[in-house]
Amino acid sequence: MRDALPAAERLLTSVIRNPAFILVLVTAPIVLVLIFGFIFGGAIALPGESSGGQTYREFLLPGLLVMTASNIVPSMVSAAKENHSGLTDRFRSLPISRAAVPAGSALATLVYGVISFSIMMICGLVVGWRIRGSLADTLLAMLILLLFQFSASWIGMYLGYLFDDEETAGQAAILAIPPGMVSNVFVPTESMPAWLGTIAAWNPLSSVAAALRELFGNPSAPTGGAWPLENPVTASLIWTLGLLAVFVPLCTLRYARAGR
Amino acid sequence: MIEAEGLGRGYGEVQALESLDLSVPEGTVCALLGPNGAGKTTAIRILATLLAPDTGTARICGYDVATQGAQVRRRIGLAGQHAAVDEALTGRDNLFILGLMHHLGRRAARARAAELLQRFDLEAAADRPVKGWSGGMRRRLDLIASLIAEPPVLFLDEPTTGLDPHSRDEIHSAVAELTRSGTTVLLTTQYLEEADRLADNLMVIDSGREIAQGTPEELKDLIGARVEVVLPSDEQISQAEQALTALGGDDVAVQEHRVSATVKAGSLTLPELVRHLDELGITLQDTGIRRPTLDEVFLNLTRSTR
Ligand SMILES: Nc1ncnc2c1ncn2[C@@H]1O[C@H](COP(=O)(O)OP(=O)(O)OP(=O)(O)O)[C@@H](O)[C@H]1O
Ligand SMILES: [Mg+2]
Repeated sequence: MRDALPAAERLLTSVIRNPAFILVLVTAPIVLVLIFGFIFGGAIALPGESSGGQTYREFLLPGLLVMTASNIVPSMVSAAKENHSGLTDRFRSLPISRAAVPAGSALATLVYGVISFSIMMICGLVVGWRIRGSLADTLLAMLILLLFQFSASWIGMYLGYLFDDEETAGQAAILAIPPGMVSNVFVPTESMPAWLGTIAAWNPLSSVAAALRELFGNPSAPTGGAWPLENPVTASLIWTLGLLAVFVPLCTLRYARAGR
Repeated sequence: MIEAEGLGRGYGEVQALESLDLSVPEGTVCALLGPNGAGKTTAIRILATLLAPDTGTARICGYDVATQGAQVRRRIGLAGQHAAVDEALTGRDNLFILGLMHHLGRRAARARAAELLQRFDLEAAADRPVKGWSGGMRRRLDLIASLIAEPPVLFLDEPTTGLDPHSRDEIHSAVAELTRSGTTVLLTTQYLEEADRLADNLMVIDSGREIAQGTPEELKDLIGARVEVVLPSDEQISQAEQALTALGGDDVAVQEHRVSATVKAGSLTLPELVRHLDELGITLQDTGIRRPTLDEVFLNLTRSTR
């Protein structure tokens, strides 16, 4: 596993030399908080509230964090792009574990994640989001968020290796949107038709968003009695570890086999 | 060191490699020659464990490429056909990261990077991102990247394509030096004089099959020597043609006053030729027996399979 560190260092070093990437990394969370907070915030009211705005923004921020963490598109596109490059061929011919390069990318993604989550949270504090939970709960929330992002990047890389072509992966990016919509990230699942509500309740994004809301002490959506929403912290941990258990081996196998 | 038997690999309809046998003893250089699409890169990728063969087996330092990949990878260096360097990083960082991946440790990795950059004349550009480097410089960086761990077996896929004569010389002397210290090298090339100069053994392949193999001299002998007779006028042309045929010449060709034919290597000496023509009363302006260049060997060998 220590072989993953140089692989991560390679990506981070190249990012440091790329001002455009840093600019996007820094501004994207700010833009997301402002746009979603004020556009949706004006129109959507949580059940039991007379109007949206403030309370909605407090509900929304954990959702945005989850949304950002679940963005598998960058991992997917770069995995597809690099899969057949000479560089990847060289890495495959090195005496390092076959998981080292994907793990390195996942670690680098985690570093970008820490940066964008921090900016997003600072921005959230400015527009009225508050942390009302204890320090331990807050740290647990951060841990869940990072774990979730870590597992999402393995899914992204797996799909990237599967599509094996940058264009296809780019086209497939649109499919990454519905999971965010069919969840409690932006709106409570209550207003959805029953069948859709059930899917949304069992969506890992919903569990993680609910877990963050519970741990940060933010307003949460009615659970409708669904187990993952009643026990969001446990459900989130099961989800993320489960996803890792499935996608780490799948992705590693794909990576090792590509082009064979 | 490198042993392969019956290697075969297809891509859908295309049979890229068909039953290739190869043996490269320790400390020698083997050059794989062949026209575009012959299967050279496919062969190298199989031997470097990047590609699984459909048929056959191969061993590197005694380890099977299909079942003992990790052992094989510990002993090989690969410079693929397409420069495998990270464009966003500087040359120095590229080598440094690879050094870390080879478990050199940070200090040793830095030192190794500096040493290689200096030896291959890349110091001036070393701290600029590779994006801004010329193609030849990237190629050189790619090559030295395969030397970081001083592997006993080196695979070089067209190591000098696109390099200027000076850089090519540098790579040639590096390869020569590596083999002196016991490194085994399998390289592919389109430059025959390069193969002639570097390789102890050549293998010509076409459409995935071996069509000839041996030392450069043996290959030249394979297509024989070219006898050329230049006459003062075109009077005795047909006599000269008959004389060359009688001496066992093939492919007799006439060009103005010049009659040429191919004879088996070593079957005819110059004095014998002159004496024979003199006995027939043929007046000569000039004559000679020329060994083929490797280019001619190559064209001759690969033409027959087209
Ligand atoms: N990934 C692939 N998918 C399909 N066909 C392939 C693939 N790689 C190689 N081939 C085919 O296999 C054959 C051998 O290709 P290979 O790259 O080994 O040739 P080469 O001798 O290295 O050629 P060149 O001198 O152009 O580098 C070619 O016909 C090529 O089209
Ligand atoms: Mg090739």
